[in-house]
Amino acid sequence: MRIVVCVKYVPDATGDRHFAEDLTVDRDDVDGLLSELDEYAVEQALQIADEADDAEITVLTVGPEDAKDALRKALSMGADKAVHVEDDDLHGTDVMGTSLVLAKAIEKTGYDLVVCGMASTDGTMGVLPALLAERLGVPQVTLLSEVSVEDGVVKGRRDGDTASEQLEASLPAVVSVTDQSGEARYPSFKGIMAAKKKPVESLDLSDLEIEADEVGLEGAWTAVDAVVERPARTAGTIVKDEGEGGKQLAAFLAERKFI
Amino acid sequence: MAEVLVYVDHVDGAVRKPTLELLTLARRIGEPVAVALGSGAEATAGTLAEHGATRVLTAEAPEFADYLVVPKVDALQAAYEAVSPAAVLVPSSAEGKEIAARLAVRIGSGIVTDAVDLEAGEQGPVATQSVFAASFTTRSRVSKGTPVITVKPNSAPVEAAPAAGAVEALSVSFSAQATGTKVVSRVPRESTGRPELTEAAIVVSGGRGVGGAENFAVVEALADSLGAAVGASRAAVDAGWYPHSSQVGQTGKSVSPQLYIATGISGAIQHRAGMQTSKTIVAINKDAEAPIFDLVDYGVVGDLFEVVPQLTEEIKTRKG
Repeated sequence: MRIVVCVKYVPDATGDRHFAEDLTVDRDDVDGLLSELDEYAVEQALQIADEADDAEITVLTVGPEDAKDALRKALSMGADKAVHVEDDDLHGTDVMGTSLVLAKAIEKTGYDLVVCGMASTDGTMGVLPALLAERLGVPQVTLLSEVSVEDGVVKGRRDGDTASEQLEASLPAVVSVTDQSGEARYPSFKGIMAAKKKPVESLDLSDLEIEADEVGLEGAWTAVDAVVERPARTAGTIVKDEGEGGKQLAAFLAERKFI
Repeated sequence: MAEVLVYVDHVDGAVRKPTLELLTLARRIGEPVAVALGSGAEATAGTLAEHGATRVLTAEAPEFADYLVVPKVDALQAAYEAVSPAAVLVPSSAEGKEIAARLAVRIGSGIVTDAVDLEAGEQGPVATQSVFAASFTTRSRVSKGTPVITVKPNSAPVEAAPAAGAVEALSVSFSAQATGTKVVSRVPRESTGRPELTEAAIVVSGGRGVGGAENFAVVEALADSLGAAVGASRAAVDAGWYPHSSQVGQTGKSVSPQLYIATGISGAIQHRAGMQTSKTIVAINKDAEAPIFDLVDYGVVGDLFEVVPQLTEEIKTRKG
């Protein structure tokens, strides 16, 4: 079974994230890392591979040179090989363009199962797995808190707003997993050393037969016209509870017409 | 005036509040044409008409319930082709975003998700989004194709605006992919009797400081005195004290109520990402240094087990 895990290299959320002059996300000034939600995808892929007779896990990312760090992390967790799509013309690509590039790279790599995280921790759109399924023309089995693969069928549980559903689909398929799917493992020292020797294939747009004007800022399907930093909240009233804290708070809520 | 497609989120004919908010926004950019699918679709028409839908396109078929997402995409695409709308608006639920995304690929359009406001612009609808844990506000639009935009709950008031709401049957032919992902079983979420977390006007959340599952009764009592929903921080959810469906934060739900009350929550960046756009923020925490106090309109430094019950009693007294 060929498993492809899509991962993203994102700006560290605990850092000071901001935008560059062209209103794209500034990736130069902030440390990046493997999106935490993608670690769950790598973990589930590893567990699915453990249960399979013969499975190979490829981690795939689209991003600048630094994005290799995200691939290395996934390789050190136990993935077998990596594919890195890197091209200067990709700068400013939106989710539609990214899904196009990933779909072409997945087709080129070959796959039976694609595993994604539920969303990236920077854009947090949560639509990429559905976009991939649409582009690849295969079933989407998304937002799973539990997942398993047996005899060419993927099964899982999806906990929605109003119901919990058991889903199943035949492979090939695109899966996404939530942060409830199971704690992601830490890379072992042995894993970190082994990752250095694992192959990382580099692809550019011409390898994927994608024209430059289909991606990038110019080719984007959406435009950001303005970015405004939200003004810091003005300091509120803070009281120390001396026995009347609850009543004082009630008075505040009444003043604001919540009671 | 141009028509705007509005995807209807409903449960057996009961329209969920975010769809009614969507109709308010849709009227700013055109005439709303609602698309209601599945069991109870026709029953939505009355409510949709009261809130401005000029037409209600409905389709019922077992496929909508028996298979995941794609049958609904097929139907929305059929509505798109029948109406040739100026924009397609969908509520930002997990499923809504997936439906919108797949439709966008099919019609060759861009997608903007999680808008918190929407206005007409010279080059089409302009969406306001709140990004990077609400530290930035962006204004975006779709620049290719017919704009497909998903909108978060609580982004607009629900307004009565009576319109014709003529019900028309939508003819849908399902694609080969429609039956790809089978829904083998479905267990409805047990109702707590409280408002839905993402839709609630007031949310009361508990965190690590609550200290245990049984202690959440204190948080729930406060929520009930205010008619609020109950949320929880990731720490409380990971500890097993409260269900994941109530998790507020980057990996849980993002909420934007009129009032957010955080009890025993320190305010890690991941939590702030999910609640920072709340209109009024209140916190109760023992630790005066907790980062949540940087966000609050009103904070009480104190033991939540003393402050919260006193607050609950006082609210009950004031409400008589």
